[in-house]
Amino acid sequence: MNAPLTAKDFATDQEVRWCPGCGDYAILKCMQKTMADIGAEPDNTVFVSGIGCSSRFPYYMNTYGFHTIHGRAPAFATGLKLANPALDVWVITGDGDGLSIGGNHLLHVIRRNVNLQILLFNNEIYGLTKGQYSPTSRLGTRSPTSPTGSIDAPLAPGAFALGAGAKFIARGIDTDAKKLAPVLKAAQEFNGAAFVEIFQNCIVYNKDVFESFVGKKTAKETQIHVEHGQPLLFADGTKGLKLNTATLALDIVEVGEGGVPETDILIHDETNAVIAQMLLTLPKQNYPMPLGVIYRAPTLTFDDAFWAHHATQGKRTGKVADALRKGSVWKKA
Amino acid sequence: MGKITPESRSVVVRFAGDSGDGVQLLGAQFAESTALAGADFSTFPDFPAEIRAPVGTTFGVSAFQINLGARRISTAGDEPDVLVAFNPAALKVNLPLLRKGALILLNTDAFTARNFSKAHIETDPRETGELDGYQVVDIDMSTQTLEAVKPLGLSKSDAEQSKNFWALGAVLWMFGRSRAPIEEWTRKKFAKKPQILDGNLAALNAGHAFAETAELSAEIPQFVIGKAPMQAGEYRTITGAEALALGLAAAGELANRDIIFCSYPITPASPVLHHLARMGELGVATFQAEDEIAACCAAIGASFGGKIGVTSSSGPGIALKTEAIGLAMSAELPLVIVNSQRGGPSTGLPTKTEQSDLYQAVYGRNADAPLPVIATAGPGDCFDAAIEATRIAVRHMTPVFLLTDGYIANAAGPWALPDMEDFEPILSNTPPVINGDATSEPTAIKRAIWSRDPSSLGRPWTAPGMAGLAHRIGGLEKDIATGDISYDADNHQAMSELRARKVEAVADFIPDQDVEQGETKGPVAVVGWGSTHGAIWRAVHDIREQGYDVAQIHLRYLSPLPKNLGRLLSSYDKVILPEMNMGQCATLLRDKLGLEVIQLNKVSGQPFKISEIVDVIKESYPAKAKRLKKAAE
Repeated sequence: MNAPLTAKDFATDQEVRWCPGCGDYAILKCMQKTMADIGAEPDNTVFVSGIGCSSRFPYYMNTYGFHTIHGRAPAFATGLKLANPALDVWVITGDGDGLSIGGNHLLHVIRRNVNLQILLFNNEIYGLTKGQYSPTSRLGTRSPTSPTGSIDAPLAPGAFALGAGAKFIARGIDTDAKKLAPVLKAAQEFNGAAFVEIFQNCIVYNKDVFESFVGKKTAKETQIHVEHGQPLLFADGTKGLKLNTATLALDIVEVGEGGVPETDILIHDETNAVIAQMLLTLPKQNYPMPLGVIYRAPTLTFDDAFWAHHATQGKRTGKVADALRKGSVWKKA
Repeated sequence: MGKITPESRSVVVRFAGDSGDGVQLLGAQFAESTALAGADFSTFPDFPAEIRAPVGTTFGVSAFQINLGARRISTAGDEPDVLVAFNPAALKVNLPLLRKGALILLNTDAFTARNFSKAHIETDPRETGELDGYQVVDIDMSTQTLEAVKPLGLSKSDAEQSKNFWALGAVLWMFGRSRAPIEEWTRKKFAKKPQILDGNLAALNAGHAFAETAELSAEIPQFVIGKAPMQAGEYRTITGAEALALGLAAAGELANRDIIFCSYPITPASPVLHHLARMGELGVATFQAEDEIAACCAAIGASFGGKIGVTSSSGPGIALKTEAIGLAMSAELPLVIVNSQRGGPSTGLPTKTEQSDLYQAVYGRNADAPLPVIATAGPGDCFDAAIEATRIAVRHMTPVFLLTDGYIANAAGPWALPDMEDFEPILSNTPPVINGDATSEPTAIKRAIWSRDPSSLGRPWTAPGMAGLAHRIGGLEKDIATGDISYDADNHQAMSELRARKVEAVADFIPDQDVEQGETKGPVAVVGWGSTHGAIWRAVHDIREQGYDVAQIHLRYLSPLPKNLGRLLSSYDKVILPEMNMGQCATLLRDKLGLEVIQLNKVSGQPFKISEIVDVIKESYPAKAKRLKKAAE
């Protein structure tokens, strides 16, 4: 009996080539540890990526891996799952790869509900091509291609996923392994397309763009870790989100003395798409950033439906020699 | 111009009418009857580009052409000898195609002021003299059909729907054909619609009786087309699209691996997807992707997963797949890319045929990215070509282009059913066996994964899920030995050379180029590739009968070319190359063989006429060249 694999066993002999201090290091480490923790089998695990900094990820995971072309990883992964539905497939993408050039494929892999995990490393910038603004860059982002500030409205990845019909949406922060690891595990356990947005710090081109909520000192005030069946509380339970039935929006309220009773706080229901919508589109100003599993509503997967609808459920039962003779055949003496 | 005589060796019949007139059904059933009568034939449907064009308009005309004969038939025919036209628009559109003196059966019931107006005809063409020189037979087909069907109590519109069966009955009489098999087919086809069934059978018999008993029999010639000399065996009618689908399924069976066919709808490639979608029991799965790029990527993903990934499209779609094809080449994964070529550039002429994606297949990728390219020569040949493309892809671990076109996809003819026992199994390079602890010696694994077969240069086909072989692949340049990312200058040189050598190595596995008709040297050879095969065959055959010493050479392998091709072609004084583009294969031969050919280029969206090729052969034939003493065949 082999000893259980450790995080180290999931590292490759390749020298990791991200910039020193890049958030990708933390995600990689967290993933390697998660792999060991969940007892992943390297032979049955595949990391598929597109192009970009994040897409180097497969080279550093001692599993099967495919570094493909820009934006198309979801399509390769879909074909791979058709070939072998038993594989555990992780798609690694970024905000440029997944939401700009590959937006179409991300949309379709989600709406088909292919049974795989999609990790979108969002750093709100193009890193590998040296700092151009991306589809998630905030308005006014100054970059080599937007010297006077970007004018394109940024896309909210989670809301995009929800709109595409995602049945699992979660969020984590690169350097917060304690909170990210359970999100990765939940994504892996989910039967269907699991979409995870990871806030990732590009220290060269978009340093500290998430500082308003990732800073450890202020995290209690700026983050809200959602849990199914629990009230949406933050700041050590002194604040919470209350549904304003007049505006159909979430208000921040003080809880307890001088504020509202805890029973007024909205209970998180991860199967409720309306709550997910509100959490995924919370204003950035003044509101805490919702993290954790925001939406989880399992349904039939593409993998299962595909083979259920296949004429012979994927089994070869016929002979070409017989198929040739279907219909009108005549003999020439 | 003489009349069609009963002793004609072959006859071209064209049926034309509105999309709703049932012209395709009529043509297909006449073809079926031709098959049973033992004649050879070739058919081609000519659909309007519009799905449901307005009734009576010229752009709504649907046609079906069949060339049948008591000899080998290699094309759907140059000029129809018989036209059955259901309305004025059908006559207007098809009249210019006809042989002078052709027989025209007109449905006079449709020759009304209203229909003339719809077809933008000012004066009844029967009164303008434009039909002079043709044998025109006026028949009130709609009325005759209604009369025949009246006792059955069908509505007028339902009853009139049967007029294609009425015409079929008349044509069956003209060719002395039995109605029994058609009746049997009709009973099956319309089993669930007894009224329509009865109407169709009544119309069929009425049309037959009309032709037989009417004094028309003096006007309508009866054709006696004997049996064509065909090899003994089992036959069926098949279109190129269906043969290609069956060929891919056969390739999967021969390789004992499932086919994962990933495609996106596009004209004229979609029928391949439609056919394969109904071949699940043959180890085939089809995936309709969100776009052309995703279709190609999913096919590559399937190949990475150990199944045979196939993608299919037409020129514009292939353009979108290009980047992904480069990745499959770089990652050394098998992939079959089917291109059903159509008229271009850009959206071009989607429903018309062309052979203009040869450059795209051979040269059309970023960087040095050589790939094997093969072409199919006709509908039945698609079966063999699909097997061959898959065999090359798997053996050499490379994407392979399989070129077909809109004509081949839709054309049909009798096809001698192949014996599956005659095909060699498709063998893949077996995955390596790693001794010892897989995780402690990653380099040993990598070296094994990239240890290429010395003759084919194909690497072992490993797939996720295989124990102890976990590794990473990608589009970044890789070390020639370990597959690790490498920016090393010498390595890139070596890898580029390896990729070129791999395609060259295909030439070691393919047969020498043969000469289909004529000698291996002489004054003139006609070289072709793809769907021009039938027209070239007939042209060369006919001109050889006239004593011209002309050879026919048809290329299946376009990249790499067969090793003996240069030597073979240089043994003729002149080489003529007809192709449906502006000279792409001519460029290829100049590039690879330094050979100059006489180009015959046609880009009208229509296949070559035999006469067009014959004319060029005659013009090019050296005056001093010897003539053949004895007629061929």
